[in-house]
Amino acid sequence: MSAERVAVVGVGQTEHRAVRADVSMVGLVREAAKRALADAEMTWTDIDAVVIGKAPDMFEGVVMPELFLADALGAAGKPMLRVHTAGSVGGSTAIVAAGLVQSGVHERVLTVAFEKQSESDAMWALTVPTPFQAPLVAGAGGYFAPLIRAYMQRAGAPADIGMMVAVKDRLNAIRNPYAHLKLPDIDMQMVEESPMLWEPLRYLETCPSSDGACAMVLASERVADAASRPPAWVQGTAWRSEPTLFARRDQVNPQAGLDCAADVYRQAGITNPREDFDCAEVYVPFSWYEPMWLENLGFAAPGEGWKLTQSGATAFDGDIPWNPSGGVLSSNPIGASGMLRFAEAANQVRGAAGEHQVEGARRALGHAYGGGSQFFAMWVVGADKP
Amino acid sequence: MAPTRDVAVVSYASWTSPAELQRNEVEMLMPVVAEAVADSGLPREEIGFTVSGSCDYLIGAPFSFVSALDAVGAWPPIRESHVEMDAAWALYEAWIQIQKGSVDSALVYGFGKASPGDPSEIFTLQLDPYTVGPLWPDTISVAALQARAWMDRTGGTEHDLVEVGARSLRNWAWANGVDLEPDAVDELLAQPTIASPLRPGDVAPDTDGCAAIVLAAGDLAKELAAKRELRPAWITGIDHRIEPQALGFRDLSVSTSTALAALTAGVGDGPVDVAELHTQFSHEELILREALGLEDGANVNPSGGPLQANPPMAAGLIRIGEAAARVMDGEAGRAIAHASSGPCLQQNLVCVLEGEDA
Repeated sequence: MSAERVAVVGVGQTEHRAVRADVSMVGLVREAAKRALADAEMTWTDIDAVVIGKAPDMFEGVVMPELFLADALGAAGKPMLRVHTAGSVGGSTAIVAAGLVQSGVHERVLTVAFEKQSESDAMWALTVPTPFQAPLVAGAGGYFAPLIRAYMQRAGAPADIGMMVAVKDRLNAIRNPYAHLKLPDIDMQMVEESPMLWEPLRYLETCPSSDGACAMVLASERVADAASRPPAWVQGTAWRSEPTLFARRDQVNPQAGLDCAADVYRQAGITNPREDFDCAEVYVPFSWYEPMWLENLGFAAPGEGWKLTQSGATAFDGDIPWNPSGGVLSSNPIGASGMLRFAEAANQVRGAAGEHQVEGARRALGHAYGGGSQFFAMWVVGADKP
Repeated sequence: MAPTRDVAVVSYASWTSPAELQRNEVEMLMPVVAEAVADSGLPREEIGFTVSGSCDYLIGAPFSFVSALDAVGAWPPIRESHVEMDAAWALYEAWIQIQKGSVDSALVYGFGKASPGDPSEIFTLQLDPYTVGPLWPDTISVAALQARAWMDRTGGTEHDLVEVGARSLRNWAWANGVDLEPDAVDELLAQPTIASPLRPGDVAPDTDGCAAIVLAAGDLAKELAAKRELRPAWITGIDHRIEPQALGFRDLSVSTSTALAALTAGVGDGPVDVAELHTQFSHEELILREALGLEDGANVNPSGGPLQANPPMAAGLIRIGEAAARVMDGEAGRAIAHASSGPCLQQNLVCVLEGEDA
């Protein structure tokens, strides 16, 4: 029993900003969806089903906002699903949408992920004290900083690796017209002089809060073969989850991430990620997560990830560019951040990434994670059919 | 192209209470998930996929599904996803993953506690936040608009509504072996309305609860059911559709999305022995009967339905579980289940379950 083939035939995203006061939530999701439809050379009526994803509803203050957004996304009379898997949701949403085609149920699926953080306050929403749960302590940075310190100690990493990632991803973002942060003058000194938020994370080593949306049209083999623009073929999808807290858990190098990568690599025939991929879009919301995920995703041996960053291998002109779009460090509409990784990976292998196109990219990894480093979603996309 | 795999419900467990103040979501879920997994006959670690449905706002925290994972025992790490929808849609997602062929079985669960807050206020936050939400119409008042629209179109009366509630209570008493003498319809009609034309018996109660279902494909489903001398409840059709939310954009007296989903799911292709409908208000049953094309004699909500127990985010999955249970124990040959989401039956899912091999 094998799944039907599925491909990305349209990609769209909004201009990401701290506050998109010019649009409502409706306007925001339509901006991304209409661009994806135009890229796919389709209209609303061509779409069989809509899959929407976003992070907690408290980020906007609307319960299940897909209900009021349904009509604006052309879903009236169609099936609509709403996915929520924490920070990994943008990736999980794409996997759910792909499944609708791979199962043979639909041929053209529109998937959209968004966050309009300016409608509410994510820091507040993440800090609500809940009985019986470990508090997140002043947002996600407070949760992840101790894990980063553990990584630095374990790997013996020099203290400036995080700053190198912060500079690299912000310089990449200058080539991305949609990116939120544009810091053309950024350098190590500017990052070092920015305020320390959560030791060792400085202000400029941290992702912004963005309003933004991302959309893709996923299509069957029959539809993708007939498309005039090159499709990105989905060569593998995988997701894994593990509990937040228990005694044996390695939060620095989580088993769920290792298992998820092994699963998606097996499906796509990846044996040496650094060589087999031409680029990767990986969920790096805090600078140090680049070296940490380089190891978790098998691009480097345990303890060696920071050496790849230090050598420039992950830079735009390196042998394995990570986050040529500027990544989460440059644009972070939380619910959409994972889908942006999946969509940017797709655009790379379609040759449609514009100024941040990695020359000749034929296979790319899209990655997202969420919760307490416990939810993982990944896909491998390629210019060739699986 | 069409889905080709036979998929069946092989086990179901649920638990509901008017208000469970002693236990949190995880404590509420653990025994229910454990029961469904044990009854399925599949070792937990052999279940291919896990997916749940819940709503963060019910406890006022951003990630209620995250801690709920503790009820599943997600170690070693599992293939898992979550929908911010009634868990009936989580079951649809599980069905898709099995159709895709990557897994042969799935655990689906849904949970919701009404007791920490006021669901009729919380779900007001589903309405358009720019134009309707700021007016704070509570969910019962919004539903009353639909009840009135149905009465205006059909000439139906408040008597018809109250009869639905009274039958629901009789069914619940019968299903649970409770000896009670429900109020006569006339006595119910004498009660004051909450939001005209709806009276207390027309409105689902606030409930805490959860449910879990295990799905399996083809020969695996047959093998698991045979061990327990039950038959699998085969999902022979499932579909869901959504309508625009704006109350002025649609005819509230009908449910076009239910009718569309029923057509794709094949409800009309055979007799319906039992129908479990996600009727949170009495008039919804009358609208849904018409949309589903049910005969007057159809056995609707033999469990009592949501008018007796309506845990948010689980009540739709419970409909599928109850319908499947009637098929598995041989009481029904062909049953349908319905789940709903959003104001005035905005989004609807229809599932057909059959006892004979699909």
